[in-house]
Amino acid sequence: MSEFAGAIDFILHERESQTGGTQVGGQQLLPLLWDHLQLTGVSVAVAVAIAVPLALWLGHVGRGELLATSVANVGRAVPSLALIAFFVAYLGVGFTNVTLALVLLAIPPILTNTYVGVRQADRDAVDAARGMGMTGAQIVRRVELPLALPLVMGGIRTSVVNVIATATIAPLAGVATLGDPIIAAGVYGTEGRLGAAILVALLAVAAEALFALLQREVTPRGLSSTRTAKTSRRLKPA
Amino acid sequence: MIALLAQVEIRDRAAEDGCVAGNGFCPGWIADNLDRYLEPFWQHVYLSIVAVVVGFAIAFALALLAHERRWLVGPIIGITGVLYTLPSIAVFFLLQPITGRGALTALIALTAYTLLILFRNIVTGLENVPSETKDAARGIGYTDRQVLWKVELPLAMPEIIAGLRIAATTTVGLATLAFFAGAGGLGGEIFADITFKSNVVFAGGLCLALAILLDVMLLAAQRLLLPWRRAVAT
Amino acid sequence: MTSSNTAQAEGPDAYREATTLELRRVSKTYPGSDRPVISDLSLEVGAGEICVLVGPSGCGKTTAMRMVNRMVDMTSGDILVGGRSVRARPAAKLRREIGYVIQQIGLFPHQTIGENVAAVPRLLGWDRRRTEARVDELIALVGLDAELRDRYPAQLSGGQRQRVGVARALASDPPLMLMDEPFGAIDPINRERLQNEFLRLQGRLRKTVVFVTHDIDEAIKMGDKIAVMKVGGVLAQYASPAELLTAPADEFVEDFVGADRALKRLALLRVRDVDLWRAPLVREGEPTAAARARVAESDLPYPLLVDADGRPLGWLSERDLARERVRAPADSGPEPVVDRDAVLRDALADILQAGTQYAPVVDGAGGAVGVLSIDVVGHFLAQGDTTEESPSARAGVDP
Repeated sequence: MSEFAGAIDFILHERESQTGGTQVGGQQLLPLLWDHLQLTGVSVAVAVAIAVPLALWLGHVGRGELLATSVANVGRAVPSLALIAFFVAYLGVGFTNVTLALVLLAIPPILTNTYVGVRQADRDAVDAARGMGMTGAQIVRRVELPLALPLVMGGIRTSVVNVIATATIAPLAGVATLGDPIIAAGVYGTEGRLGAAILVALLAVAAEALFALLQREVTPRGLSSTRTAKTSRRLKPA
Repeated sequence: MIALLAQVEIRDRAAEDGCVAGNGFCPGWIADNLDRYLEPFWQHVYLSIVAVVVGFAIAFALALLAHERRWLVGPIIGITGVLYTLPSIAVFFLLQPITGRGALTALIALTAYTLLILFRNIVTGLENVPSETKDAARGIGYTDRQVLWKVELPLAMPEIIAGLRIAATTTVGLATLAFFAGAGGLGGEIFADITFKSNVVFAGGLCLALAILLDVMLLAAQRLLLPWRRAVAT
Repeated sequence: MTSSNTAQAEGPDAYREATTLELRRVSKTYPGSDRPVISDLSLEVGAGEICVLVGPSGCGKTTAMRMVNRMVDMTSGDILVGGRSVRARPAAKLRREIGYVIQQIGLFPHQTIGENVAAVPRLLGWDRRRTEARVDELIALVGLDAELRDRYPAQLSGGQRQRVGVARALASDPPLMLMDEPFGAIDPINRERLQNEFLRLQGRLRKTVVFVTHDIDEAIKMGDKIAVMKVGGVLAQYASPAELLTAPADEFVEDFVGADRALKRLALLRVRDVDLWRAPLVREGEPTAAARARVAESDLPYPLLVDADGRPLGWLSERDLARERVRAPADSGPEPVVDRDAVLRDALADILQAGTQYAPVVDGAGGAVGVLSIDVVGHFLAQGDTTEESPSARAGVDP
């Protein structure tokens, strides 16, 4: 158990690196945390910008069901390490390339959830909206999106947790995240590696809790939360 | 701070032909080095299958328990849900001070990840059995145990197999990081030379192939075991 | 029962013949509630009778039925099947000897029709050959095609599924059947057919049946005895259909039976039960003098032309009797012609449908025996006479 005490100490206090010359741990973790969050934020934002409009459109016109639902299955089968490695091998290292890989990872849950959310939106409500003369865009904005929002948020929640986990191996592709002490234990020491593992775990749990809260916030009153809990299938993050 | 990746390159640039030296995709090199992937592959298969089997046993027991005591469903989903949220790479290291490096550590983590999916699917499957079917079964004289084993579980099978399929593909993917726990697997090979295209594509492809293979096998099992699922009104 | 009945060959336990059923001061109160759903309910059902429990929703009729096979446990009182308390045996064992049919049928979707029907014999540990033979027999008994045996429930129509449900309930040849709105989910046309089929089956099998419905017409059609229940599980009246219609015990029963209870009685009667008019039967070529004399002494001003065997050919007008001899053909056909064994309600419906006031009544051979008119029916209803007949007999089954 002394390892854990050492790990906590690493999180709280700076120390000299194993290789000497530089300080690691404590305050020095902040830039790593920042990069981790930045990488996650940018990747998920891009994924949302791509997946949500696409899925809204597909769901609204009722096409591409096979694509929208199977993309999650394919996404699950592709190991995140293999994806990152593929980008490194073919495109090289760097923030942009890692972001691209993470975007690919983040799209499936959002796409599938949004699509399912729109398709599950009360067809009677949509029919009534059409009947009272709403245009297609109005139906999407005022009826389908609000009704699908809990599921959309569920998809984003899955992707965020997923990307936080995968960003841990980003140092393999030259982006120093909280995974750096894990990948480069030679520099940080085993206490540093364990400390970083604790931080990554806490970060994932915190993000999960935050987005669970957000998901509940956007659920229209009158829609039972059990429905969203049942239909949103989470993908296991890396 | 960017770590210097102290990786052992698995290709000998000087000795190999131009394809390898130029880091192309080299089928010839793969053919010559197939045996290097054999052991990691079997480790990967072992980790995936043992984790899913053990996870299923635990989830099944939990689901039967929660089937009789409904109030347990919430807490079990809550706890397995938190386990599910923890990034595997972190867990592989967090467990090491307790269980050491090796397959055991990897299996504990991988098994834990299957629990949420399997438990939820088994419970949902049992919940979705039409109440009139259960009522009729009891009404014609099935005991509670017979209702469970002869009516509820067979009818929950599609949902249970769906859960197994998700758990299997997920576990194959997660097992690529098991080498961090010292348990080997194909991830170790990917990691060994992450910039070498032939290596990355072949090792990653093997993972994908294994995931698809398990998925197809489970799908075939479903077709074989559940002929009534395909029976629809003519 | 037929001697080829495989269930009877070596029954699972005790009784095979229909059994009596008795509810003795049965009450049911759910925990945490102070209002009973069944209050002090006592009923006796004779062996081979259909007892219909009927009442508005919330009257506890389904609960009362489900207490018989202990799907619901009673709070106090006792229920005796064949004189033996239902609590004398483990619930599952009891249920295997009581047929159980529910509205949603509850077939096992993962089993073939044959496996569904074989469910109880398997629970009872019958050997394979006996089970197979019984399944074949039952599938034929309920009027299903033998080739449906290997299909799954999803491949059957609603009516077929309900027949399978009945076959499954009959598998162990139970002396008692519980049926909870068994035809409630079937469309009206098929419901009528299934009701008739069941009554025909009952004519042969003579089970003791507890039949739950909210439909008073169905109760009148199916019941030997009807128990009308009020909310709270209170028995309002327990009587034969005819008695219920002629002498409702109180305002509640009167309301529930409906303002048209006089009309409903027509469903319980046959044409032969009323005093038919004598018709002036005339044959072609006979002297009109004799015919006119017959018209004068009959209840009807029009002669009915019949053939040599007395079968009605059509109605004649007075003009047709103006000559010396009766001349064919008739002005109008004899339609509608009603059978003297027909249910009075159906006969009346035929007359109204045809837009006439009366119709010739014929016997089994087709010979005219009299005339049924709307006036006759009205006069009969005003008298309040009834006859007692079992539902299966009304459905055309000879016991």
